[in-house]
Amino acid sequence: MALLEIVGLKKSFGGLNALQGVDFRIDRGEIVSIIGPNGAGKTSFFNVTSGIFPPDAGTIRFKDEDIAGLPPNLITERGLARTFQNVKLFPNLTVLENVMVGQHCRRRSGAWDAILRTPRFRREERETEERAREVLSFFGSRLSGYRLEQPASVLSYANRRRLEIARAMATEPDLLLLDEPTAGMNPRETAELTELIGKLRTEKGFTVVVIEHDMKVVANVSDRVVVLDHGVKLIEGDYATISTDETVIEAYLGRPESKEGAA
Amino acid sequence: MATTTTPEVAPEVAPALEATPFEPRRGLTVGALGALALILVLTNGMYLTFLPRELVVGVLDLGTLALLLIGLIVGSRAAVHLPRPGRVDIPTVPRDVVVSLLAGAVTSLGAVLVVLAIDAPWDLRSAFPNLSPQLRTALVGEAGLGGLLTSIAAPILLAAVLGGASRLLGRRVRRALVVGTEVTLGLSMIELVARDLLGNVGLAALHKAMWVTNSGIRPLPAVALFAVATGLAFALGRRGPRERRFHAAEARTTRQRTVVLVAALAAALILPAFFGLIVNELLVNVGIFLLMALGLNVVIGYAGMLNLGSIAFFAVGAYGMAVLTSPTSPTFAPALSWWVALPIVVGLSALAGLLIGAPVIGLRGDYLAIVTLGFSEIIRLLFLSDWLGPYFGAAQGIRSIPGIDVGFTTLSGIDPRGMLYITIVFVLVAVYVSKQLQDSRVGRAWAALREDESTAQAMGIDTQQSKLLAFVIGAILASFGGALFAAKVGTVFPNSFALLVSIIILVVVIVGGMGHIPGVIVGAVVLIGILGGPRQPGLLQEFGEYKLLIYGAVLIYMMLQRPEGLVPSVRRTRELHAEEFSQDAWFDRKGRFIDDDADTDDGKA
Repeated sequence: MALLEIVGLKKSFGGLNALQGVDFRIDRGEIVSIIGPNGAGKTSFFNVTSGIFPPDAGTIRFKDEDIAGLPPNLITERGLARTFQNVKLFPNLTVLENVMVGQHCRRRSGAWDAILRTPRFRREERETEERAREVLSFFGSRLSGYRLEQPASVLSYANRRRLEIARAMATEPDLLLLDEPTAGMNPRETAELTELIGKLRTEKGFTVVVIEHDMKVVANVSDRVVVLDHGVKLIEGDYATISTDETVIEAYLGRPESKEGAA
Repeated sequence: MATTTTPEVAPEVAPALEATPFEPRRGLTVGALGALALILVLTNGMYLTFLPRELVVGVLDLGTLALLLIGLIVGSRAAVHLPRPGRVDIPTVPRDVVVSLLAGAVTSLGAVLVVLAIDAPWDLRSAFPNLSPQLRTALVGEAGLGGLLTSIAAPILLAAVLGGASRLLGRRVRRALVVGTEVTLGLSMIELVARDLLGNVGLAALHKAMWVTNSGIRPLPAVALFAVATGLAFALGRRGPRERRFHAAEARTTRQRTVVLVAALAAALILPAFFGLIVNELLVNVGIFLLMALGLNVVIGYAGMLNLGSIAFFAVGAYGMAVLTSPTSPTFAPALSWWVALPIVVGLSALAGLLIGAPVIGLRGDYLAIVTLGFSEIIRLLFLSDWLGPYFGAAQGIRSIPGIDVGFTTLSGIDPRGMLYITIVFVLVAVYVSKQLQDSRVGRAWAALREDESTAQAMGIDTQQSKLLAFVIGAILASFGGALFAAKVGTVFPNSFALLVSIIILVVVIVGGMGHIPGVIVGAVVLIGILGGPRQPGLLQEFGEYKLLIYGAVLIYMMLQRPEGLVPSVRRTRELHAEEFSQDAWFDRKGRFIDDDADTDDGKA
């Protein structure tokens, strides 16, 4: 059974047809990469899927339920979390608080619980913090120790990206959408993150869709690659297939000698 | 301690190349600004109003103090060199005092203009009613312009020279002198409170020794006070430049918290017993408006929604209480007891929060501010309208609202001490509720909302629900204030709930420190307690007429110098000092450099 199945997804902004009938499916436990030139509609695809914009047409079935048109918070609650291409943290909250916000939709205590400090409230607060620390420990020493109490705004660029992934993980999703997780990282950090994306599946059991420009990362992590161009799906298949496909080379990769030029 | 940001800027840059420059032009500019300030103080009537108010009996009155302050500030500013390329910190030299003197002289010219304006053949008094013969007499006596020399120029020039000379002193000495002056002047203004307070604890003799009844402090105690305060400030002061560090929250330990809490509680319970009528009355006003400020703090400080209509919830609380308890309520007069009516009033306010909140939560920032402002005026006009007049008494309002029956006595405006106790109880409840909500799942959702609404929603927060909740909680806290207000004053009119009150409460929250409860409390005590509430006199009653002017000046000064407020929250400081924060993030709390993964995380941000 497909975890996420999208059929005929369309979205246009004014005269710009960002998505022109995209089909997509991913099964539980897969890691799928989406690649394509700038303006191909990759981020629009994420935005529509995660509910930031409602689609113009098409169905989005997530865990056998049509989620098209739901507000983003309800989609996140149903188990689909994302990160953003231009990192969107809560800059003046601490690292720990950022991740704790991610736990919001998994907890139920409200204003009364908070005012009266009910047993449920205490239990949930404890669990929220434990869970947040656990999620952050996934990144080893990068986001631990004194960093927990630092505001997100002082983090290095790489750490901001990591924190964003941690925050998405804290929403306890089934499906993670990562929008260019390695953008702006140096080769060493990229390699480290590539390995972590693999671990997201093996250790945490997440299904992952990742938009990526770095073909080395794409080659390393993905079971399947989907190529978008001008809002339509050019082709999909394993990395070996798409990297030798003439249309993909034409539209995106370029000739072999400048193969990584797009990253 | 001086480890942080400013590195020693190459001290070897030819020190003798350029001596400290002499800049008389700066004296002219600063002096011109001073002249404007002087003209303002003279023509808006402050000077004449303040003249009869003695501070140090026979030596100094409030009017002269205003002149002296202008002189001091002008002189002090004029003696400071602005940084110029290659010269970061140019020291003040004795020659610069001449610049201060020049600035003082230019400032004094402002008074000449005012006298000329009074003598002018045109009718300026219709536009500036304070350009009166009395002002002329106060300025020059019966003489010509020469009289200005003694009345205006002398104090200003003297103060300007002193202000300039103070720049020659060490930082620590200067700061100690400033503190000494502030303490002395502060105490000289509070004769009334001192009488009230000392009289109640059997120290009337001490009051008599230090103050003159209905006037200021006696000269000798003033000198003694100044000496003691300055000495103490010097002894306790720190060497070296003022330094602020921007770290993650300096979390207090649980024990410290408990100590502070217990001390505050004890003070709240014991102190009112020693206060007399006047101080208690002042504090009741502080408490009532503090409740409103705490409500606004939830909406604006926690959830980040700029609500300019907070008075609406206060009004609903007050009118709800009036209708339900007053036996003379025009149509519907159940004449309930205050305690029975309270839950109903709270429910009504929560409903008002929902009704006002629901249509506006889709809006952001400026739009939200404008719409809430509109709603609050609508609510006031509804209470004022003839249409609802049969229920709310239109412009006459509702009268004879009974006090609060607490079994052994009835609390109302004529018993400020009892009123203060019950106000304190509600303030404690409001503080507790705010605090608990802030440190909770709900509070985190508000914080996320305030930082970035769409991201908060993408992270699974129901933004509509969170915003509505903030509105409802804010409305309930404000309605406590309204309910107490009705019982205290005994009468409610639509005009007690003007837009101005919302603005003043907003200023209280901003000046105190948005999103931080101690800040809001300090803001309310300083602004409402000392300057006075919208219609209520404060500690410094002589400022009454000029209260709004001073509010405005305080707000502008704070926005320029300390936008995070007097007692800021960590988060807001971070927001407003992001640069300094990212600098200091490299140091731990002891000032040591944190050196980790510098090889991999070379900051690209």
